[in-house]
Order: sequence, then C-alpha cells, then structure tokens
Amino acid sequence: MSDDAVFSRIRQEIEETPVVLFMKGTPMFPQCGFSAAVVQVLSNLGVKFKGIDVLSDPSLREGIKRFTNWPTLPQLYVKGEFVGGCDIVREMAANGELDQLLKDKGVTAGAA
Amino acid sequence: MPMDAHEIEDLIRQALPDAQVTIEDMRGDGDHYAALVVSSAFKGKTRVQQHKMVFDALGGRMGGALHALSLQTAVPS
Repeated sequence: MSDDAVFSRIRQEIEETPVVLFMKGTPMFPQCGFSAAVVQVLSNLGVKFKGIDVLSDPSLREGIKRFTNWPTLPQLYVKGEFVGGCDIVREMAANGELDQLLKDKGVTAGAA
Repeated sequence: MPMDAHEIEDLIRQALPDAQVTIEDMRGDGDHYAALVVSSAFKGKTRVQQHKMVFDALGGRMGGALHALSLQTAVPS
C-alpha cells in the first residue's frame, strides 16, 4: 500500500473515532509493555477507545510512524490530534492533564 | 542491538548543549533505558515537540537501536 492509501486510512480512523490507540496487539491482548501501559491508563480513566493493531498490517505499522512523524508505538490520538506515546500519556495521566484534555475535547469518560 | 548510556547522553548533548541528561539502565542490560532530559531549549514547546527534539538528537535510532528508551523532558526550574 502506498503512503497515500495508508495515510488516508489513518486519517479516516482518527476522524471517525474520538479516541484511537495505534498499538502492538489488541486492547485485550497487548503484545508490548508500552502498549499495555497505555491501555491500562485509558481503562483506568474509563475512556472508550478503539485499539488498532499495527502488527496485523505492516504497511500501517510503518505508515503510522511517518504519518505522525513519531518513531515509536503506541500512539494515542484524541479527536484527530496526536497526544503522545507511552511516556507522555503516562505523565499526563499522572498529573491530571490527560483527564483535562479529554474533558476539553468533549470526550466523556465513563465511571472509572 | 544495545547502545551505551554515554553514547545516548553524548548525542543528546550535541543537539542540546545545555541539557542535563540523567540516564538509568532499567534492567542493567544496556537495552532498556529511562532518560530524563532537562533543557531550556524546551521552553514554550509542547511535550510532543520536546520529545521530537530528543528523537532528532538521537538521529533515527529511536524505535530502532533504541527500542526501549523511556523519555521524560522538562524545562529547568
């Protein structure tokens, strides 16, 4: 798949779903500790999100890195905007910034 | 392919000369690092931009030779 095709697929995903996590493995079965950590953070906040397994699609695995211009996975998008990777998400969760960002973006969290 | 902690520190300092870099070898295997980078160059930048500056300093090794570098950035207080 060309970059164009991968990029338009990514664009569609992050526009259609408020919270998207590009990750290794699935939310139920993360295949990497960093991906698992972000799943945990989102679950603790009670945030509904779509996990997209890049391991099932090599063009997506490389394409998302170029799309975001970010070399690692996982990658969290909220309302079409890149929030960060595992370290940033964890830091933002710890100091309350993530909760605030989700509220500001109008993403309602369920009961945590 | 493990990478030496000093090498990581040197690369970051080349790009961000004022940076205070603290690197911890999380498992003692030369492969899982946690780095704290404090630099005035981060002032006014978002966290994503700050991390990108460090990735740039590492010249494409992030996600490659360095697959497990946990990163924290800050502006000097």
